[in-house]
Amino acid sequence: MKQLIIDAMGDSALLIQFGENIDESTNSLVQAAAFRLEQHPFPGFQECVPSFTTLTVYYDPLHLNQPADGGTAFEFVRTIVAGLLQNMETVPATERETIEIPVCYGGEYGPDLAYVAEANGLDEEDVIKIHTGQDLLVYALGFAPGFPYLGGIPESIAAPRKTTPRLRIPAGSIGIAGTQTGIYPLETPGGWQIIGRTPLALFRPDQDPPVLLKSGQWIRFKAVSFSEYTRLAGGRK
Amino acid sequence: MSLEVLKRGLLATVQDLGRKGYGKYGISSSGAMDSYACSLANWLAGNDGGEALLEITWSGFSIRFLRDTLASITGADLAPESSGISVPMWRPVIFRKGSELTFKRPVSGCRSYVAVLGGIDVPEVMGSRSTYMRAGIGGLKGRALQSGDVLQVKHTAFETRCMWSSVWNAEYPFQSVDWSASPRYTYGHPHQIVRVTRGREYGDFSSLAQERLFQDEYIVKPESDRMGYRLKGPQLQLVTPREYVSEGVAVGTVQVPADGQPIILMADRQTLGGYPKIAQVASVDLSRVAQLPPGGSIRFHEISQSESEGLYFEQARKMKLMKSMIDYRLREGFHAAAGFEL
Repeated sequence: MKQLIIDAMGDSALLIQFGENIDESTNSLVQAAAFRLEQHPFPGFQECVPSFTTLTVYYDPLHLNQPADGGTAFEFVRTIVAGLLQNMETVPATERETIEIPVCYGGEYGPDLAYVAEANGLDEEDVIKIHTGQDLLVYALGFAPGFPYLGGIPESIAAPRKTTPRLRIPAGSIGIAGTQTGIYPLETPGGWQIIGRTPLALFRPDQDPPVLLKSGQWIRFKAVSFSEYTRLAGGRK
Repeated sequence: MSLEVLKRGLLATVQDLGRKGYGKYGISSSGAMDSYACSLANWLAGNDGGEALLEITWSGFSIRFLRDTLASITGADLAPESSGISVPMWRPVIFRKGSELTFKRPVSGCRSYVAVLGGIDVPEVMGSRSTYMRAGIGGLKGRALQSGDVLQVKHTAFETRCMWSSVWNAEYPFQSVDWSASPRYTYGHPHQIVRVTRGREYGDFSSLAQERLFQDEYIVKPESDRMGYRLKGPQLQLVTPREYVSEGVAVGTVQVPADGQPIILMADRQTLGGYPKIAQVASVDLSRVAQLPPGGSIRFHEISQSESEGLYFEQARKMKLMKSMIDYRLREGFHAAAGFEL
């Protein structure tokens, strides 16, 4: 593995950088490191948060069992973490786990589908075909509980954000902003172009884990009819 | 039934020391903004530090105790009163059944904490009772408290009424003790020096920005909240503006959006941040930030990694000592009740 960059983030956290660019191989190192640390938590370890190219590790410096040799707690944790990750098997050759996300495109659930089609000189059907045409990596969860930062979609269905954000976007809405696509886990205001809605709950606080998706997984959108959506939603809208 | 909310005030929520371990799912820690005051309030009410309590922001909040309750008030001085009598802070107080507690006006600081013996009994969500309003979870139905809400208090073996019956003075709505656990610094002084270490992108800022950060004063904007403290002051500019990749951030991370005005991330922050991080607040100074009102000011003071850690260790040692003294006083106090005064 390349030399890791490990920086302190104050007295109770540090950040490990695995690469410069947002790509699948860098992110797979991040996910593997997160897995490794959770499997082998050091004394004082609290949690770690994976992102595109980095892993942030949170710890309590009081519980490190650090020998009194004069070094900082950060240096102590850095040594532990670097050691754990040196011996890390490189990208675990796990099979790609792809989760299908059923989406009812257009209509009431996707009011901006027509706009996205028109802006790209396409039919609505073409937009759906392209949007459902590839697996997308969940690089990280953030912004809101269970919100997946996904790999990019083709330029051919890209669309700018709305100039005036909507005040209310229902949970489950699928949006496009530039070449990004995303799923709103909660009802929030938002400026993305909304092309459809999934009946799946991305954030479900009463379950363990409380989110549908995890970083490192892959998803693929699948078009479903309105009646199929209603069936999957079990009556929810 | 134990507590009834009479007036909601500006904002009051149920909090504890926060939700750990769910950051990877995009779920913020939440929890008391001033964890120092939270721990002290709990200890003074006879609890461990992590029980659920009330976080009261600014003024106007009012509750009624539906049974005799051992409680304590810490954090900001929001002029707590009961039947027109000022209630002393930073000490155990027994409220008589039916008595009211009202936070009249901000005197100093921003957030006050009310702990009750046993702790507020709301369901744990992901290991914590903290309210996370954005996701609608924790606390009471995932929301701020409203007039008419009734909060249950967890049952404890510690019997308040028995311990205090011998000293109960029927004329007063509450009874307190003649000692207190005074805070380590003046709460809510509106001008604070906040100690920070350098952030990961400190070196990406212009030398002028680096100088200004530590020389100039930054004012707390009114739109500051539990997510972040938004500051106003001299612009902090990058040498070469560019897009940064979002990464996991911490409470106390000072990040700088394109407008050059820093934001200190707080308890309800988003888990990932995409702005350059110029500094990181020392954990021990987060309480100072949490108590700053809008219009208050901050001067950042740079410290080293080992100083930041040293302050943390020092505070932990002092708090441990404080906890054992409070425990001792609580036990002793209940036996030598004659020494108590209102």
